[in-house]
Amino acid sequence: MTFFRPTFRHPELPPNAAGYRRQDYEGGISTLCAGCGHDSICNAIIQACFELALPPHRVVKMSGIGCSSKSPAYFLAKSHGFNSVHGRMPSIATGANMANRDLIYLGVSGDGDTASIGMGQFMHAVRRNLDMLYIVMNNGCYGLTKGQYSATADKGSKSKKGGINELESIDLCELAIQLGAGFVARSFSGDKQQLVPLIKAGLAHKGLSFIDVISPCVTFNNNPESTKSYHWVREHSEATNTFDLVPFQQTITAEYDGDTVQEVALHDNSVIHLHKHHDAPDITDRRQAIDNLEDHKAQGVILTGVLYINPDSADTHEILHTCERPLNSLAEADLCPDGQILEAINAAHR
Amino acid sequence: MKQLESINDFVVRFATVNGSGSASANNLFAKAVFRMGVPVSPKNIFPSNIQGLPTWYEVRINERGHVGRRGDVDLVVAINGQTLRQDYDGLVPGGYFVYDSSRPLPEDFCRDDVTTVGIPMTTMCNEAFDNAKMRPLLKNIIYVGALAALLDMEPEVLVESLRKQFRKNPALAEPNIRALELGYAYARDHHAGACKLTVRRSDRVGDAIIMNGNNAAALGAIFAGATVVGWYPITPSTSIIEAFGRYAEQFRTEEGTGRIKAAIVQAEDELAAIGIVIGASWNGARAFTATSGPGISLMTEFLGLAYYAEIPAVLIDVQRVGPSTGMPTRTQQSDLLACAYASHGDTKHPLLFPCDPKECFDMTADAFDLAERLQTPVIVMSDLDLGMNDHYGPPLAWDPQRRYDRGKVLDAAQLDALTTRWGRYRDVDGDGICYRTYPGTHPDKGVYFTRGSSRDEYAAYTEDNAAYVRNLERLRLKWETAKRLLPLARIKLNDADARLGVVFYGSTTPAAYEAIELLRDRGIAVNSMRIRAFPFQREAFDFILAHELVFVIEQNRDGQMRTLLINEGGLPPDKLVPIASYDGLPVASRFLTRALEEALAERGVILPKNTPDRGGTP
Repeated sequence: MTFFRPTFRHPELPPNAAGYRRQDYEGGISTLCAGCGHDSICNAIIQACFELALPPHRVVKMSGIGCSSKSPAYFLAKSHGFNSVHGRMPSIATGANMANRDLIYLGVSGDGDTASIGMGQFMHAVRRNLDMLYIVMNNGCYGLTKGQYSATADKGSKSKKGGINELESIDLCELAIQLGAGFVARSFSGDKQQLVPLIKAGLAHKGLSFIDVISPCVTFNNNPESTKSYHWVREHSEATNTFDLVPFQQTITAEYDGDTVQEVALHDNSVIHLHKHHDAPDITDRRQAIDNLEDHKAQGVILTGVLYINPDSADTHEILHTCERPLNSLAEADLCPDGQILEAINAAHR
Repeated sequence: MKQLESINDFVVRFATVNGSGSASANNLFAKAVFRMGVPVSPKNIFPSNIQGLPTWYEVRINERGHVGRRGDVDLVVAINGQTLRQDYDGLVPGGYFVYDSSRPLPEDFCRDDVTTVGIPMTTMCNEAFDNAKMRPLLKNIIYVGALAALLDMEPEVLVESLRKQFRKNPALAEPNIRALELGYAYARDHHAGACKLTVRRSDRVGDAIIMNGNNAAALGAIFAGATVVGWYPITPSTSIIEAFGRYAEQFRTEEGTGRIKAAIVQAEDELAAIGIVIGASWNGARAFTATSGPGISLMTEFLGLAYYAEIPAVLIDVQRVGPSTGMPTRTQQSDLLACAYASHGDTKHPLLFPCDPKECFDMTADAFDLAERLQTPVIVMSDLDLGMNDHYGPPLAWDPQRRYDRGKVLDAAQLDALTTRWGRYRDVDGDGICYRTYPGTHPDKGVYFTRGSSRDEYAAYTEDNAAYVRNLERLRLKWETAKRLLPLARIKLNDADARLGVVFYGSTTPAAYEAIELLRDRGIAVNSMRIRAFPFQREAFDFILAHELVFVIEQNRDGQMRTLLINEGGLPPDKLVPIASYDGLPVASRFLTRALEEALAERGVILPKNTPDRGGTP
């Protein structure tokens, strides 16, 4: 936790394509514990939005309740934010998106907020393939109420107080893949190099993008026997691939030494370049994606990176066949029927 | 035996099995009465079931326009074997029992004060029609035809109605018309003069319509510009959303693209349904949900957020019988307290109480203006009777000059023109209502963070006690502002010297007015007040204080409106006498008259006996 932030910024740091500087994407000072994984994720969000040159006021940030849900206050100060109620961010995001499909929706939630109290809302936002990026800051415990296990805590994981979690853990990525999310990824708050392009791709994808970011709780769940500790995750994770998102305005600059490159074009013509081993599973295949996750889990390995992509999935507006113009921009002329129509309706009820 | 005799003033009840298609036949009858110029009020009394359980359809016919439920049945068309006995026993003395005489009546059906009218409907139907699938439906039409003859109705009105009903499929009209004629001819030939109840053409209907309140509410939402709907299916509110969807397809299809200028999202539960409404309203769309008591219970968490974070939301609560699952297909007015103070902490919400389809339309439309002006949830308190039954009432009207009141919302130009610092929760006008902005309005002005936790005038998180109290006091001021914007109670001073008053609201209205008229006929002057909104204005309390005794009529056990009045107005409880009708059936005027008589007798006021209520009773 920091009480002030130096105002100094490197004068040479260039603005992005839209003319914004990195500080235009920053937020208030974090009140989370020093070393909290969530702060790193906030930084990655800031970096991703900066690199994508999103106009900050076109982004809407939303959250539920919990440590993670406090974090929208710590990034994108020039964006409207909505810190709603526990587990209910997906419905607020659904309504907001229905009202104005032209804005970019970024939802931030935690493992308690999503995998327990908000499970229903999460799953149904995924089912309706709401056009948003949904990030779970996953630390396997309830931080604000002092460390109880959450539903994503791994079976057998040991808490700081010594208790072993006997309950099966919920894999939110598997659920998201099953229920129709078009972009599903997992990452680690300590891996900025992987997380920033994931967030960029998630923002560029149309439909529901889900990123589960393992984000250790330094205060309650960072003991060596916890499977959500910094140490454990570093030792037990393996990336599906390395990749780069190329927004369609830019030319390819990234160079990797991967064996093969798989290109996936997103709806806005951005391209994801995946560098992976030649025998790695096809991430556009839902069954292979789930098998891949389970296989790694069986080996005690946390699989990170892009897990699944379906760039052509229809989002809620397409499913509902709503008009292209944002509904909140329509006025009387578009919405209110002619008065004579009411006469005809009255006549039909006589 | 003295048979009931009446022209245009009696009650007919159809006893059928649900899922048998009887509802549309019964409606055909009610519509025909209406089209003969006689005020009519049909009530569907149905089970929470799709097929096979008893259902009743009660039609009140009243020349003088009393269209509340009356209570008691003068003529029953008893088609349902399961309830034959009950329907027979339930008839008033002098009444008529119309039954399917394809099978003889049990021998113990031997009341000497009832006229039985046998129509061999099943036999007739089987002889006349080969299509076994259509027979049950046509049998329904046969009894409507027979009834038309017994009541001396104009058969051509029914024929015309059938043609209208099947205008898209004229081939179906033909057998229906034949069934109608068969029934009519049989009753005419075999039971001429048997029934002394008559429907006679009149001119009392004027420009009235018959429509259910849910349909009217859906139209209100369409005209008011609602674009986002979050909902979860629940009886008896579902038909609002279904109607909204139909009207949206009709009136909101975008030219050229064929796309819909509305988003109707069927949510996973009521929690999400109201969340969707709040998210959309926050983002500048007009949004609403329709639900019933169990849904309100689930929505209370979010209602607290919307109250505290000051986000508009429109809810239509079509109340049904509680507590818990209660009786989902029966009516009550029992969500008042749950809605008025929904959610934890100090919360209160404006409520509107429509009494007929026109008010369902008007108040739903007004709810959007009010919710956006006040930046708070507004709940339209309908009920199953009002929402699902056809109601006779004035036609719907919309002023073409009317503009939506979108409330205090700053656009980019207004933000640029500000000379002082803007604060989302700063009350610059002194009415407790602050200016809000929609996301995406301006590149670097007007941004704020919405939260359900405590914040200062500039929307910054704070746990400062003084800032918290300032905020709650401002919300109290806003509550006072709401009173100026909400519709006033309708007060009728029948007699300036009357010591008695009656208070009621919503679907109780027609039965209450009728009961008051009956009391007047017996020499008791009573003034009345129909409450149309919560919070109450000064006038409502003044009315109560100006009378010695005030009866509060409502369709719940505990007198929830009475509790609200006492609580909000600091009124002496003894002044307010509860009159409760809460068995799940729409309140009946005869019940009310009896209840008022008894309440008066307990206080030493004895009414003259045997004054008929001009109904069909001898």
